[in-house]
Amino acid sequence: MSTKEQRVAEIVAEHAGREGPMLPILHDVQHEFGCVDGEAERVIAGALNLSRAEVHGVVSFYHDFHEKADPRPVVQICRAEACKARGVETLMAAANQAAGERVKLSTVYCLGLCSAGPSARVGDTLHARLDAASLAKVIENA
Amino acid sequence: MSETRIVRISDDALARALGADALAAAFAKKGVEVHRTSSWGMHWLEPLVEIEGMGFGPATLDDVDAILDGSSSKAIGEIVELPFIARQQRLTFARAGQTRPTNLDDYEETGGWAGLRRARHIGSAEIIEEVLASGLRGRGGAGFPAGIKWKTVAGAAGPQKYIVCNADEGDSGTFADRMVMEGDPYALIEGMAIAGEAVGANQGYIYCRSEYPDAIRKLTEALKLCEGIIAPFRCEVRTGAGAYVCGEETSLLNSLEGKRGEVRAKPPLPALEGLFGKPTVVNNVLTLSAVPHILAEGGSAQYVALGVGRSKGTMPIQLAGNIKHGGLFETAFGITLRELIYDIGGGTESGRPVKAVQVGGPLGAYIHPDQFDIRFDYEEYAAADALIGHAGITVFDDTADMGQMARFAMEFCAVESCGKCTPCRIGSTRGVELIDRIRAGGRKADAVEVLPVMHNASKKGRLPEQDIGLLADLCETMKFGSLCALGGFTPYPVLSALKNWPEDFMPESEKVLDRNNA
Repeated sequence: MSTKEQRVAEIVAEHAGREGPMLPILHDVQHEFGCVDGEAERVIAGALNLSRAEVHGVVSFYHDFHEKADPRPVVQICRAEACKARGVETLMAAANQAAGERVKLSTVYCLGLCSAGPSARVGDTLHARLDAASLAKVIENA
Repeated sequence: MSETRIVRISDDALARALGADALAAAFAKKGVEVHRTSSWGMHWLEPLVEIEGMGFGPATLDDVDAILDGSSSKAIGEIVELPFIARQQRLTFARAGQTRPTNLDDYEETGGWAGLRRARHIGSAEIIEEVLASGLRGRGGAGFPAGIKWKTVAGAAGPQKYIVCNADEGDSGTFADRMVMEGDPYALIEGMAIAGEAVGANQGYIYCRSEYPDAIRKLTEALKLCEGIIAPFRCEVRTGAGAYVCGEETSLLNSLEGKRGEVRAKPPLPALEGLFGKPTVVNNVLTLSAVPHILAEGGSAQYVALGVGRSKGTMPIQLAGNIKHGGLFETAFGITLRELIYDIGGGTESGRPVKAVQVGGPLGAYIHPDQFDIRFDYEEYAAADALIGHAGITVFDDTADMGQMARFAMEFCAVESCGKCTPCRIGSTRGVELIDRIRAGGRKADAVEVLPVMHNASKKGRLPEQDIGLLADLCETMKFGSLCALGGFTPYPVLSALKNWPEDFMPESEKVLDRNNA
């Protein structure tokens, strides 16, 4: 058993006593490894007495779980209606330029800062009332 | 400067996103006591600093000295006297801005746990009677009477029942749930414990969106601190995983169980076969948070006296998008959209004319300025082919391209569809293509797909008008054929945009022509 398999098995064991432990397990695995890949799926499936297809079905359903790790820092930019009304789309060119290949930009639909958009999230840190310059700065510091 | 002076700064996520943490640290460094409270909901003033009832905002680090010596130009006067606060009727948000979110003393001193104590005293049947009499309707959008749901669960057989709080409603333009969870977590927990008392459930789950990290942190902390108070009721926070559709109650239940967040067909109702097949109350954050007040008041007369018709009590309305005075405004039902946007919201932040207002989140209709006299009331909105939904109001100025917004509504549905039913899964993708085609001037005969499997497809081109007809037809199919509100309500923004701003769907080439003629 590889060390990764071992660690995934530990995570599964930590949540074993809970009702419906799948999502908490997947969150922890995603957090620790940056992804929930085939290897992890196999361990989880074995421990929860499910087929790997069933686990994969869950992993692939949610936007928060990824099948492959991406080592780049992630900046989530809200592009839902309220932020669109506050001009987020006009910032995207500058954001893409600031991100380049180094930072991964992803879209999130609503961070709940709808009266002070455009907004972005890096890890658990939120930023609001962004303009092209401040968004570029957030991305550069990510 | 007196030594007992307390500086109050919100630790709501929005204030934090605007630098409240650094501001609080700067004040602390000056030797004053800093309390991190919930937010008053006046977002254009965040970060808002409060000293002995007087407000200063939006404050920056440069303002710290001037605020302390009383010479700040950011002074806005006494907070409770500001029209934005004074005009509200606050029940759910009665504590907003005034208490420290996870401080148990603050909660108790402001009437906390009175509802739960009384609920335990009067027992199940009477709790349900009072919630029924209050006329409280689900604040998640559908507006189903909460008391009837509770009664069904209470009457269902089985030793194990659940209370599930739907804290995954991620509609853009709404943030009241987030503000309750971050600012007044015990109110939600108390509401859940009362629901547990009413239906005979001792286990609760709060399923919160992963996009709200602050809310998850605060709820987890609050639950730990009040464990002994709510016992034998137990409650746990579960984190969603970024799927909008999990805000639909049956998807949420599947997700909680650890499955794909696919919608379940109803019946059976979750009230009878919900989480793990057991009778379950699924209520939204605002619904559950309204309960402690109703119970504490000992009867619902005050609640029923507010509002109009069958829309009772108050609604926390969220002013968002391009609006000057954005934030949370709780008031009784019956206020008009015009009052909300202009009198309270101050019009657009950009200073340009209002073009459209979307009420009720991404699945709500776009309302034209001609209809701004519509009253906030479930029935009146339904009659106008619109939704109150989560009471989010997103304002757009005249630079908005409504054709683009209609396309986004379809695109959003395509991205977030759970895939279980065809009208939503396929219809949304076809909707995006159709709107693109309309905006490009209709389907050209020479660009018609000629796949052999498409033997039924018309080989002829279509004019934009014909494509618009097809779009309306597709919307009908989605509206009546989808399993849940995601596919079923996406036609609201699309059709309202098409009806009110048809010019925004005109092909670019024709628009140019128009301009030349003008």
